[in-house]
Amino acid sequence: MASDSDSDEDFVTYGTPLEPLEEDEPLKKPVPLHEQTVKDEKGRYQRFHGAFTGGFSAGYFNTVGTKEGWAPSTFVSSRQQKVEKKHHARPEDFMDEEDFGEHGIAPREITTSQEFSSSRRDAAGEKARAVHAQAALIPGDTLLEELITPTRSSVGVELLKRMGWREGQGVGPRTKRKARRQQTDGAGGVYGAVLPPAGSEESEDEEEFAPENVTFAPKDVTPVDFNPRLGVQGLGYRGLDPGRALLGRAAPEHIDLFRPQSESRSRLFGDAQRGSRRGGVAGQAFGVGAMEDDDDEEVYHRDCMSRYDTELGGAEPGDGLYGWTAPQQYSRKTDKSKDASYLGKILEGFTLAQKPSQETTIFPPPSLPRDYRPVHRFRPSVEVLSLSGVSPALAEALRVSRGHMVKEEGGPQQGGRHQLDSSQRRALLGEDALQGPSSVLELLKPEDRERLLSLRNSSSSNLPTPKTQPPASHDALRWAGPAAVAAPVGGVAASSSSASGLQQEALTVWKGVQTSAQTFRPFEKNSSKQARYELYLNRLKQGDKDGLEQSLDPGMTEWERSRERDEFVRASILYRPTASSLSCRFTRAKDPEEDDGSVEVPRDQEGDVDDKQAAVNMKMFGKLTRETFEWYPDKLLCKRFNIPDPYPGCSLVGLPKVKRDKFSVFNFLTVPESRETTAPPKPADAGKRSRWDVSQQKEEEKKEKKEKEKDPLSQLLNDARKQTETKLGQSSPPASETPSVDEQKEKKDEEKEEEKEEEEEEEESRPPMDLFKAIFASSSDEKSSSSSEGESDGEAEDKDATEDRGKADTQPLSLFGIPTSIQQTAVVLPQNFTQEAKENQEEEFGPKLPPPSAALNRGGAVSVCSPRDEEKPNKRSRERKHKNKKQHKHKKDKKKKKKKKHKNKGKQQQKKSKKETDSSGEDSSEDSGEDSGEDAAQVSTQELLKRLKNVRSLESW
Amino acid sequence: MAFPEPRPQAPQLPQHLLRTIDCQQGAVRAVRFNADGNYLLSCGSDKSLKLWSVSRGTPLKTYSGHGYEVLDADGSYDNSHLCSCSSDKTVILWDVATGQVTRKLRGHAGKVNCVQFNEEATIILSGSLDGTVRCWDTRSRRFEPIQVLDEARDSVSSLKVAQHELLTGSVDGRVRRYDLRMGQLHVDFISSPITCVCFSQDGQCTLSSSLDSTVRLLDKSTGEMLGEYSGHKMKGYKLDCCLSSKDTHVLSCSEDGHVYFWDLVEGSLSLKLPVGKAVVQSLSFHPTETCLLTAMEGRVQVWGAEPEDTEEDAVAT
Repeated sequence: MASDSDSDEDFVTYGTPLEPLEEDEPLKKPVPLHEQTVKDEKGRYQRFHGAFTGGFSAGYFNTVGTKEGWAPSTFVSSRQQKVEKKHHARPEDFMDEEDFGEHGIAPREITTSQEFSSSRRDAAGEKARAVHAQAALIPGDTLLEELITPTRSSVGVELLKRMGWREGQGVGPRTKRKARRQQTDGAGGVYGAVLPPAGSEESEDEEEFAPENVTFAPKDVTPVDFNPRLGVQGLGYRGLDPGRALLGRAAPEHIDLFRPQSESRSRLFGDAQRGSRRGGVAGQAFGVGAMEDDDDEEVYHRDCMSRYDTELGGAEPGDGLYGWTAPQQYSRKTDKSKDASYLGKILEGFTLAQKPSQETTIFPPPSLPRDYRPVHRFRPSVEVLSLSGVSPALAEALRVSRGHMVKEEGGPQQGGRHQLDSSQRRALLGEDALQGPSSVLELLKPEDRERLLSLRNSSSSNLPTPKTQPPASHDALRWAGPAAVAAPVGGVAASSSSASGLQQEALTVWKGVQTSAQTFRPFEKNSSKQARYELYLNRLKQGDKDGLEQSLDPGMTEWERSRERDEFVRASILYRPTASSLSCRFTRAKDPEEDDGSVEVPRDQEGDVDDKQAAVNMKMFGKLTRETFEWYPDKLLCKRFNIPDPYPGCSLVGLPKVKRDKFSVFNFLTVPESRETTAPPKPADAGKRSRWDVSQQKEEEKKEKKEKEKDPLSQLLNDARKQTETKLGQSSPPASETPSVDEQKEKKDEEKEEEKEEEEEEEESRPPMDLFKAIFASSSDEKSSSSSEGESDGEAEDKDATEDRGKADTQPLSLFGIPTSIQQTAVVLPQNFTQEAKENQEEEFGPKLPPPSAALNRGGAVSVCSPRDEEKPNKRSRERKHKNKKQHKHKKDKKKKKKKKHKNKGKQQQKKSKKETDSSGEDSSEDSGEDSGEDAAQVSTQELLKRLKNVRSLESW
Repeated sequence: MAFPEPRPQAPQLPQHLLRTIDCQQGAVRAVRFNADGNYLLSCGSDKSLKLWSVSRGTPLKTYSGHGYEVLDADGSYDNSHLCSCSSDKTVILWDVATGQVTRKLRGHAGKVNCVQFNEEATIILSGSLDGTVRCWDTRSRRFEPIQVLDEARDSVSSLKVAQHELLTGSVDGRVRRYDLRMGQLHVDFISSPITCVCFSQDGQCTLSSSLDSTVRLLDKSTGEMLGEYSGHKMKGYKLDCCLSSKDTHVLSCSEDGHVYFWDLVEGSLSLKLPVGKAVVQSLSFHPTETCLLTAMEGRVQVWGAEPEDTEEDAVAT
């Protein structure tokens, strides 16, 4: 290339001139050939290889190995780093980042993930979108939509696919006839300045090849895309197509090689473009731009008739082949060939019909009049008359009798004479009551009456409900439920079964309802009838089954009576008390105070204990002492035990329970008849017997005694003492004297507060009997124990001496009581430990734990362990005196604690007992001299009773 | 040529004191072997539960967390967990290694007398003074029992689990056997308050000791009495009884400071082992070997068939 930069010198310069050398600069060393290397972006050398990735080697010398050699991967998985599952190696696993790079073999680019793209591409939707995209202002509009909206094939599409539908096909029965072409010449029906979309569907003139035995799916329908018209333009207006305007062509169309006339194909093959293809804005409104190169084109719009539809409905739709890609020559077929293809089946001389035969027109059924009801009505009067022989007037009366239950505007007179009973009519006429039989039926012979009844039965069963009543009454009856409607009015006797069912229902509804306020009076107009109705209701409430018959007026005729019977029963069901209707929707709250009359008790009750006791005494264990119950373990329990559920599908847990009537707690306690003469009669379900029961029994006994005696507790104690004494043959210890002395001491030592408390106690010392009853009647085991505590406290406050004596007596037996442990004799006990031990002993039930003492005072080598010594109480009490002084502080603390504990209990009775226990605790704690000390006083009340009971129960066994 | 079977040796009884462990935790309320018999658990009245090595008599771990004296304990089959119950009305599931409370189960209304794992340690069963047996789930984090068995009418003093059966003894004088597989409850009336119940090793019999100073062996399926053992004194305290590991002897604590051994079949007293002067409160027989643990006051004594001279004896004195 010659360039003359300088006009003065005629030099011709070739090549690029070297940079001018600076004189100071040292000469650059040329880079030797072996150092001329290629490096990648990370500075690593890339060896030229010439095979992959632009001539550079991949991996390590084009292997997957390393410098050290190829090591197969070892399986390492830990809890922190779980190994990913690699079932099959993907090629990506062996690629490095270069391969994923822009110029790699598997470039990574941002694509729509599977989650957000539709699982299967629906062609129809895309087509619709493509159509819509053209209408959109921005051509790439729908692309954005595709990115955002996660479209998935719906259930309907899935179902269709199961049924054999494939995408691209239409829905419907497969057509046998030749597939029709669809002429989608966009020219038709387009008005305005915009050219038709060029790329959608090219028309095909050719006839397709349609072989026999081939059915075609109907053509798919392009879904109509309804987009709201937002602008103010008129109908059919489409905005400027930017794609067309700027690029000179519409949205990219797909190249169809099989359509010879396809525009794109022709473009592919270098054909000259048909039609005018211009860039830029075109249209009638825009004239010719400066950039337009072909100026000779018609600029101004010239309307021609070919652009309009000249026939209705347009040409036949259908283009096609529907995926049937046949060679071009086969598509040229004539009608003859079509005929020929059917030759085997067509009779000679006949041709296949060009048009299918006309379908027979089906005429719609006549339209029904608006007030038509599809119910057939019988004429009952005739049939009743003909069948039963009862007078038509009576039948009519029966039929309308139900009208009584609805309000009648004009009173009984308006209802007609049939709605009055005989007495009313009589009253209206001013007649006297007739003498003689009240009913015609009574005049008949019995067999005749029977016959009449049977006839009536048959007639009423044959007849449906006559519908001649006033509609209002019918509506009213409908509320009463199907049972009420089902009872035919015509046959009272016939509906005896259903009527009795109704009566039963009424009985169950009304039984036990105590509301005296009658809110609804259905027979208000007829006072005597209303009175009878109320009588009936009252009887229902009392659970009287025959209440209906009794409440009816015996003076009325049988027909009237039966009518009224029906009415009453229905009315009672219809206007059932709200309580019962509500109660079936709500569960009653469990209120311990409320006696709702039933309680859940185990279904299987244990058998007689006395028998078992006898068997045990005879050592005949086995069948006599063994009882087996059905027991339902929890499902989860079975699961945890690894065993199958013995009662699968049963939600019951534990022993099956049943509801039983509850009268009082005592009903569930057994009373051994042999010993108890004054016991109340044993209820049927009373099978339980335990220690507690015995104690309750004793309470009962005690109560009875209380009424006679002033000092029942001491009496009881005396009894118990005598019994224990006689049984064990032990002489009463002299300990009884000690407490009284102590008590005197105590009184001296006591402070004023305590005296006050004492006064209070004395006031409360004798609670009324009702209190005990109230306590015992509604209490569980725990409560009863606490209340017995309260009771005995109340009783025993002023009788410390007796109490202690009794306790001292019972202690030698030491079955369930405080262990008379040597711990108390220990001198060197840690104080807190003793306290704990005492607390423990307070709540001791059942077999107690042996004393822990020796462990603690092993140094002292006290080794007395048997609790049976006679002189122990005395000894102990003496010891206790010293100890208590030492532990004064601790006890005070404990007292406070006690108070707190008691405060938590809410009940008044317990409050009372609290006071008493507190005071008793104070008594004992402050007073060092009291026998058996603190724990004795605190335990005394409840423990004492318990021990006594136990003594007795043991005796009995 | 087969040699004749050697004459079976007379079963040896653990009558030699191997060592005495002074537990230093107040009175030992219960002593229990673990599942394999290498360790023992002692429940102290000072609210602690201790784990000891049987062979050495050394303390291994102290588990403290109860609010009151510990009454019973049991170890899981895999020695990973312990459960214990206490007078504070709670049942505690312990982690053996860390000594931490895994779960504290509240729900009983009274002190809990006895506690037992089921075979797979998925359930803890606890019997209480409130007359209920509660089944606690160790797998879930639920704090309510799965099921409450409230059939007993008085304190449940003892319970044992064997496979799918639960045996409870109650102060109401009844031995109840809950058969989970059959969905049945069998009640045997003994009349005297039950202090302890046991299954025999073969699972065919139940042993129950009651406050009438009698130990009774009942046939499990019918409830018939197979044997009655008496002579000891059990009048007021809740004392243990058990069967030897080979079901040859019946053992019971006594209030007179002895452990009584009866021959199971003959019912005759075969040994009256003097333990001490106080009440023998608890005992536990080794699951496989001839080894017995007794608890008296604050000491646990280990008894074996063969005398073994160790220095622990010196500690005891």
